[in-house]
Amino acid sequence: MRRILVGIKRVIDYNVRVRVRPDGSGVVTDGVKMSINPFDEIALEEALRIRERGGADEVLAVALGPDDAQQQLRTALAMGADRAILVKAGEPVEPLAVARALLKLVERETPALVILGKQAIDDDCSQVGQMLAALWDRPQATFASRVEIAGERAQVTREVDAGLETIEVDLPAVITTDLRLNEPRYVKLPDIMKAKKKPLDVTDLAALGVEAEPMLKVLKYEPPPQRQKGVMVKSAAELVAALRQKGLV
Amino acid sequence: MNRILVVAEHAGGRLNASVAKCVSCALAIPDAEVTVAVLATDGTAVAAAAAEIHGVARVLLVRNPASEPALAAVLAPQVAKLAAGFSHVLGPSTTFGKDLMPRVAALLGAPQVSDVMAVESAVRFRRPVYAGNAIATVEAAPGRTLVATVRTASFQGAGGGGSAAVETVTVDAPLPAHTRFVSVSAAKSDRPDLQTAARVISGGRALGSKENFALIQRLADRLGAAVGASRAAVDAGYAPNELQVGQTGKIIAPELYVAIGISGAIQHLTGIKDARTIVAINKDAEAPIFEVADYGLVGDLFSLIPEIESQL
Repeated sequence: MRRILVGIKRVIDYNVRVRVRPDGSGVVTDGVKMSINPFDEIALEEALRIRERGGADEVLAVALGPDDAQQQLRTALAMGADRAILVKAGEPVEPLAVARALLKLVERETPALVILGKQAIDDDCSQVGQMLAALWDRPQATFASRVEIAGERAQVTREVDAGLETIEVDLPAVITTDLRLNEPRYVKLPDIMKAKKKPLDVTDLAALGVEAEPMLKVLKYEPPPQRQKGVMVKSAAELVAALRQKGLV
Repeated sequence: MNRILVVAEHAGGRLNASVAKCVSCALAIPDAEVTVAVLATDGTAVAAAAAEIHGVARVLLVRNPASEPALAAVLAPQVAKLAAGFSHVLGPSTTFGKDLMPRVAALLGAPQVSDVMAVESAVRFRRPVYAGNAIATVEAAPGRTLVATVRTASFQGAGGGGSAAVETVTVDAPLPAHTRFVSVSAAKSDRPDLQTAARVISGGRALGSKENFALIQRLADRLGAAVGASRAAVDAGYAPNELQVGQTGKIIAPELYVAIGISGAIQHLTGIKDARTIVAINKDAEAPIFEVADYGLVGDLFSLIPEIESQL
C-alpha cells in the first residue's frame, strides 16, 4: 500500500477579517467561520492528483487540534481522502510538538510522501514540514509549485527568492505546498454524503506518546499599527511634484 | 552574555543583504556577542564580507563543496553542530532561512520564533500573525537554545567598518545524499534587487497582459527602481513568481513603493506596510490600497504612466 499523508489544520477562514480581542488574549473566534488552512487544501489536492495518476493507493488526512477539527477532516474526506485521523489537543500545540506527533503517525503509517501546507494562515510559523523532515531524517522540498513523482524519487520545483529552484529528493520525503501548485477542487454534495461513511479515527497526543511541553508563551496580541490615509492628488504632475518635494524621485 | 549565531545566506560568492539585517536583530538582544557562520565551498569572499559588518565579533567559515548550492537537509546538520554553546541561532525570513532554520531547530530540539520584527529581551520578541492582522508578543522559556528567523523588512542592515576575525573550522556531521540540487531559473536582470531596493514599482492585475506589464518595467527603469507584482499579476502570468510582493511573496520596506493597478488585498498590504512612502494609482477610487497610500491618484494607468514619465 503506497500511501500519502496530508496535514489538515483548522483555521479561521481566509476571507474573515481577523480582529484582536480587546483584552489582547487572542483573536475573535466566536461565530467566525473556520476552514481548512488553504495551503493544506492545496496539499490534499496534490495528494489526490498523485493518487488519481496511479502514484499512490491511499490518501490519509491527519489533523491535530480540537474535536471540532473533525469538520475539516470530513471536508478532506469529501474532497477525496480515503481516511482520516484526528489527534486531539486542547491548547494550540507548538510546531515542534506537532512534528513529533506527525512523526509517530509516519512511523505507524509508513507513507511514501507527506504533503503539508508551507504555513498555516493563523500563526504563520512555517515550521512543521521542515521539523518533521529533520526528525524523520528524510528530505524536505518546501514551497513547492510543481511535483513530479518518478518511482522512488520526486522532482520538486520550489518558489524561492531567486526564482524557481528544482531539486530531486528520494522518497519518502516531506513536501510543503505553495499557492501555485494547484487549484483545489470543489466538494460536491454526493461526496459529502459518501464522506460520512469513511473512517475517521480519533486519538490524542498522550496516546501517541508525545508530550506537548510548551516552550513558547504568547504574552499578548495587539492590532498592528495602522498607516494613516494620505492625500489624494489630482494629476500625474501633482504626484510627481509631491514626490520630488520629498526627494523621492 | 548572549552568544548569537547568525547563519549567513549567500550565493555566487556574494553575501546576501539579509545577513546585515540579522546582525542588527542580534545586536538588539541585550549583552550580545555575534558570530556569523558561513557554510560554503570556498567562502573566502563571503566570510570577508561578513567580517566587515559592524558589530560582528567573529566569523566561522565551514568549507564543504556539499554546502553549495544551499540545501536545508545538507546545511542543517552542520549548523546544528555549530550551534553548541550559543544561546540564539538566527537566520533571515527569506526562503533560504524559512527552509533551513526549522530543520535546525528540530535537530536541536529547540523552539523557533518565526519572523521576529522586534526584540524586547533575550527571550521576548514581537512577531506578526494572521497575515499581519495581529502582532504577538512571544516569550521563550529561558535556559535553552532559541532559534529564530528575522523579518528582514523590520531591521535596517548593520553598517560596515567591522573587522572580525575569520576562523576556518571543520564540522563533523554526517550529511545526507537524499536531496540533490537540479537547477534554478532566475531571470537575469540589471534592475535593483526587489528586497533591498530603495524604490519599487509594482503592477497588478489591471495591467491586463504580460505585454502591458512592460509599462511597469519601463517606469521602473526611468526611476532606477525594482519591479514588483501583486499575486494576481503573478497568477495571471504577467510577471514571474520571484517578483511577488506580499504575505506569501516578498515582504519589503523601500523608501518609495508605487502600486499601479493593484487593489490592495490584505495579503499584499502585509508585504508593503513598512514602506516609507506608498503611492497608489488605481481607476477604482474605492480600492483598499488607497487606505494605506500616502499619495493616491485615481485614473487610468495606461494614460497616467506616460504622463508621469513625461514629468520626470
